[in-house]
Amino acid sequence: MNRRHFIQTTAALAAATAHAAPDEARIDVNFSTGSWPFRALPALDGGALRQRGITQAITGSLEAVLSRDIAGVNARLAAACAASGGMLLPVGSIHPGLPVWRDDVKRCRDQHGMKAVRLHPNYHGYTLSDPIFAEVLDTITQAGLAMQICAQMEDARTQHPLVQAAPVDLKPLPDLLASRPQARVMVLNANAAMITTSLRGCTSLWIDCAMIEGVGGLGNTLKSWPAGKLCLGTHAPVFYPESSLLKLQESDLSLAQTSAVTRDNARAFLGQATTLPGK
Amino acid sequence: MTTPFRIWDLHCHLSGVPGLTPEERLTQLLRYADRMGIERLCVYMGMKWSQDPGPDDFRKQNDEVLRAIAKYPDRAFGFVTLNPKHVPESFAELERCVANGPMVGVKLWVAKRCDGPEIDPIIARAAELKAVIFQHTWFKTNGNYPGESTPDDLVKLAKRFPDVPIICGHTGGTWELGLRAIRDQKNLFADLAGSDPTAGITEMAVRELGAERVIYGSDCGGRSFASQLAKVHGAAISDTQKQQIFRETLRSLMLPIFKVKGIQA
Repeated sequence: MNRRHFIQTTAALAAATAHAAPDEARIDVNFSTGSWPFRALPALDGGALRQRGITQAITGSLEAVLSRDIAGVNARLAAACAASGGMLLPVGSIHPGLPVWRDDVKRCRDQHGMKAVRLHPNYHGYTLSDPIFAEVLDTITQAGLAMQICAQMEDARTQHPLVQAAPVDLKPLPDLLASRPQARVMVLNANAAMITTSLRGCTSLWIDCAMIEGVGGLGNTLKSWPAGKLCLGTHAPVFYPESSLLKLQESDLSLAQTSAVTRDNARAFLGQATTLPGK
Repeated sequence: MTTPFRIWDLHCHLSGVPGLTPEERLTQLLRYADRMGIERLCVYMGMKWSQDPGPDDFRKQNDEVLRAIAKYPDRAFGFVTLNPKHVPESFAELERCVANGPMVGVKLWVAKRCDGPEIDPIIARAAELKAVIFQHTWFKTNGNYPGESTPDDLVKLAKRFPDVPIICGHTGGTWELGLRAIRDQKNLFADLAGSDPTAGITEMAVRELGAERVIYGSDCGGRSFASQLAKVHGAAISDTQKQQIFRETLRSLMLPIFKVKGIQA
């Protein structure tokens, strides 16, 4: 291949696929604010995401992973997102091991106007087969909120030796969701093994692409997972946001698949769409 | 992300890729590489792996790589897979695939830790041939495989061959530790491949080693090109440093064997 032609072709491809058109929404379902105790993270804000073609981000707080003043964490998150002019959509965290955790659900919905909440079961000390999880799921669903479950924050091989948290065992989810058709649940940071084993066939829930790996990973995932249930998620600022954006470029997705992954599915999860694409 | 960098990928495999033959698999890899703007791939290990391959096994794996790169001589470089538990047979493979064949590098994986002197004859001969030497390393919080080297192990090896450049595969995975471990051993180079695209890896690598000791690689097909390219595209470093990492550092390590073999690249 002629080198000049190669460079021109690939640069043009990158320009065409790595940035959204001005009128095209691109929603990141897995963004966070706050500090991370194990590593200094880049100071990414709504403007930094917009520069990368992301128009809106469902935003949780990294502080929620280890902090026990969850109400304070959620209030700071709401304030930070309110200052973003609608770019960052706050999702508060719920820790069912804390006293009066149901109040946090109410505050998230009624005080902060949140549409969803985020859970970190492996850092908060419970499993999805514990009765408390079903209770949380029911409470959140009855409140009309959607739920994000973070399956893992980082590779277990690289965790701090004194703060090791095994990934969430997702196997109980299919049975729990089968009897709760109204529940809107998204699993963040699931990897390909989780998707093809624990979550296999559980297509009433949404997943994001931050930890889907393998060459052509998104295209491969969509061979067995509905396009209406896969979302763009960056896991930024823990991860470089370019990772998930470049995954959109690496796989040869159709226009319909790209729209679903980058926009329509996130809206459906938030309850903003009347139809669920690809269902 | 649109700057037309020239990109060579240090770290590619034929596993985790669709295709019944090595040629088909490399074709698939190159299809994705083209989408991502990657010009050349360094390929090692066969379609099926074993942590401790016997001579028949690593010969077969090397045969598969030879078949694959023969189809794309202008796009792919081959590294020979060796096992330091089998020194005579590894020596023979080095002669077959590098001295008398088209391969330009050596891959050492997890059969035996690299800190002991048993590996020295292999390193010495690879250095004579000007082959690029790549040693897999990890610092795993939850424990390494018995034969899996750490960057500390590699430093011990590198001290015995201070004039031989050696690549620290994965930068130890837990890169905050790996980069510190290899920093003062100037003949060691950091491979960015095969760990999560955790923000900060490349900035720290450049800060501690300089871009001249940092190399982009993906570890595809188990990893995406995307997540690993993001470590460089997304890093807060200059475009000059990105270009150094994307190609120039690796190319500088390969130039001596290119000269020996008459390769123009």
